[in-house]
Amino acid sequence: MKTFAALFAALDSTTRTGEKTAVLTAYFRTAPEADRVWTIALLTGRRPKRAVNATELRLWAAEVAGIPDWLFEESYAIVGDLAETIALVLPPALGTDSPSLADTITALMRLTGQTADTRRAAVIDAWATLPPVERFLFNKLITGGFRMGVAQGLLTRALAAATGVEEATLAHRLMGSWDPARTRFDDLIGGDAGGDARPYPFALASQLDAPPETLGAPGDWLAEWKWDGIRGQLIHRPGAFALWSRGEELITDRFPEFGPLSDFLPDGTVIDGEIVAWGGTKPLPFAALQKRIGRKTVPKTLLASAPAHFLAYDLLEDAGTDLRAAPLSLRRARLAKVIAALPPGLPLSLSPALTFDSWDTLAATRATARSEEAEGLMLKRATSVYHAGRKRGDWWKWKLDPWSIDAVMLYAQAGHGRRANLFTDFTFGIRDGNELVPFTKAYSGLTDAEFAEITRWVQTHTLERYGPVRKVPADLVFEIAFEGIQESPRHKSGIALRFPRMVRWRRDKGVADIDTIASLRALLRTAPEGPSAPPDLPEDI
Amino acid sequence: MASVLTFTDSGIYCPAGNFHIDPWRPVPRALITHGHSDHARPGHTTYLATDAALPVIRRRLGEISADGIPYGERRRIGAATVSFHPAGHVPGSAQIRVEVAGEVWVVSGDYKTEADGLAEPFEPVPCHAFISECTFGLPVFRWQPQPMVMDDIARWWAANAAEGKTSILGAYSFGKAQRLMAGLPALGPILTHGAVEEMTSILRAQGYRLPDTIRVTPEVTAKTHPGAIVIAPPAALGSAWAGRFGPSGEAFASGWMAVRGIRRRRSLGTGFALSDHADWDGLNTAIRATGATRVFVTHGYTAPFRHWLETQGYDAGIVETRFTGDDAEEAEA
Repeated sequence: MKTFAALFAALDSTTRTGEKTAVLTAYFRTAPEADRVWTIALLTGRRPKRAVNATELRLWAAEVAGIPDWLFEESYAIVGDLAETIALVLPPALGTDSPSLADTITALMRLTGQTADTRRAAVIDAWATLPPVERFLFNKLITGGFRMGVAQGLLTRALAAATGVEEATLAHRLMGSWDPARTRFDDLIGGDAGGDARPYPFALASQLDAPPETLGAPGDWLAEWKWDGIRGQLIHRPGAFALWSRGEELITDRFPEFGPLSDFLPDGTVIDGEIVAWGGTKPLPFAALQKRIGRKTVPKTLLASAPAHFLAYDLLEDAGTDLRAAPLSLRRARLAKVIAALPPGLPLSLSPALTFDSWDTLAATRATARSEEAEGLMLKRATSVYHAGRKRGDWWKWKLDPWSIDAVMLYAQAGHGRRANLFTDFTFGIRDGNELVPFTKAYSGLTDAEFAEITRWVQTHTLERYGPVRKVPADLVFEIAFEGIQESPRHKSGIALRFPRMVRWRRDKGVADIDTIASLRALLRTAPEGPSAPPDLPEDI
Repeated sequence: MASVLTFTDSGIYCPAGNFHIDPWRPVPRALITHGHSDHARPGHTTYLATDAALPVIRRRLGEISADGIPYGERRRIGAATVSFHPAGHVPGSAQIRVEVAGEVWVVSGDYKTEADGLAEPFEPVPCHAFISECTFGLPVFRWQPQPMVMDDIARWWAANAAEGKTSILGAYSFGKAQRLMAGLPALGPILTHGAVEEMTSILRAQGYRLPDTIRVTPEVTAKTHPGAIVIAPPAALGSAWAGRFGPSGEAFASGWMAVRGIRRRRSLGTGFALSDHADWDGLNTAIRATGATRVFVTHGYTAPFRHWLETQGYDAGIVETRFTGDDAEEAEA
């Protein structure tokens, strides 16, 4: 892993994008072939099957380090990264040499299904023999979640520089379900690895913060609802029918309703759209779809209560031709034609274009988004190509203003990664008569300086510790914004929020000024009904 | 029998001698372990510190009524006998030994067990009760030997110089900065921020062996001093002040740099884990060497460290302080 460790150390020691690109380019020119393929896999979120689980790993680490489990956990809470905690608590790393990245991963994959004793012996041996950086990376290979500060764009730029293949082409070639253990670098770069079902890189929208008038003439824009579902890409090619999520996960089998589409969609069709749970004429609340996420097999009752539907908004491939460079207006026209040719009753329909003659009319339409089960509007320039990734200017999400409420911090917990040793994860309470009821958690929305100040406050005001969680006096008030609210029997407050985050620290307010459970419940009555959604789902657009 | 030392709202107090140690509120008589601002506070009526620590304390606190004492000398204060012993933290730093009626308590102040070539090396002081700092009291904090860290820093400096970049190294002005200039090989000119130079000149005048340094003034640039290393307080990193040197490599030398997340949060690519506090092994070794059966911990990860000491058979407690260990992430470490 020497070359990979050197790459990691170099990437980790700079925050400059230019330097990172140069380092990565040099690596892709010189590293062993199999290592290059695995590096691309790791940087694009693919990883070897987990051979050892995290619980085993921390037990063995505590044992080798000669410390009790609770002390390991205290350390983990401070370091905020399991692989790093292990690397730090173990006795000094003395090794100087290591097998290659690909060989290390191959050896790890062979451990899958072995007895605990065998796996334990192999892991402990690796800890004893690897040099320091390699030992940390070895742990990372097991625990997953490689973040080396390399965004997708930076990766493709470096690969493009190293191989001479154009960036957008590369971005497409790296998509899909190629197996790093069986893929040759040249096949991957040459576009022979992704298979017939390989998706295109998703085009992404930017948040519209300025007034829409800044976008120019309304006639240049297509407006549609911003659906609150799962972004998906539906592919029908000869020998391939696939549904991909935006996270490049193949989710065809989770939505068996779409199966019949393979009989009717023409060969060589790729559609971008939103998967929603369907209420007949409009989507059901996200909570209905929520129950199907993560389920590999779907029980009949759920198929009936939350039937999936695909709201199509773009056509990327038509009759086998890549349409992405064509203007959106043309792609939409072709999409409408493809859908019109389908027999009725299929779970696929066009995400309708909203008619408007002025930004004011559109703003009025946007205000009704919640009743349409939408989060707001999407604005897409009619002449725009289908970009790979997020290119500012052509696609905008114009979301509804969130709801907000003032709440008081009750508990604080340290964060992970670059928030290690900093209290960033808070539980908030709301007033219920004379009591304060915990009702939501939030992690984001404050500046680093505010988090640092709150951290010092938490340290000097801790009332009780429950492992990594600190109970604090109910003094600090925050404005919490959220996108949705639902009844939840699982929560003490009976309420669950969608996407809660802190919008500001209300230093001007005290606990006497916070909102009440009654005011929250009043919002509930205006919101569509449905069971709870966990608060921290990633956004799909 | 009353306790040799008690813990009050003002800090650690000795009833038999009617004095405080490193108090944070104004008191009549303060014994000070060292000159860092979380230990040497303004406003006390009289101060007692080692002769070696006093010049920095005087510079920082201005006009004070202070008395110096050599390391090891015993002095009677009321019914207590006190003496100061090297803590190895920074030049002049001390542990304070307090004996009352044959019972000995030691307040560690801040300390490190590795000799750094500049500060008077740490000496274990046998005692019945030991009040130990534990800024880095978790087993993830294990320092590399100083020569290895200095080698790493020297390599970074040389690589920057080879690329025509100035090296800007963040380090606390008193202690860490001088430890670095004394420990690094002479690869080029050493430039200093005013705050660092002020402390450096005081220590140099006291006779500590420090290399030549050049205070950064408007005329000092990367052109006049190519290949230089600039030693500056951490707050100067990324500032307009640092911008004057043009292309540069910036790094921070602190024990906190052992944790990648903390380093990344500072948006610093490079961090060197070099601390003036004892690491996990240092704390455990130092505590064992005192022979104490009672240990009080303060500053840092006090709750887990106390629990750990209890599992090791100590009668352990926590001394609350107005200054938490994590504050030290921003102050000195």
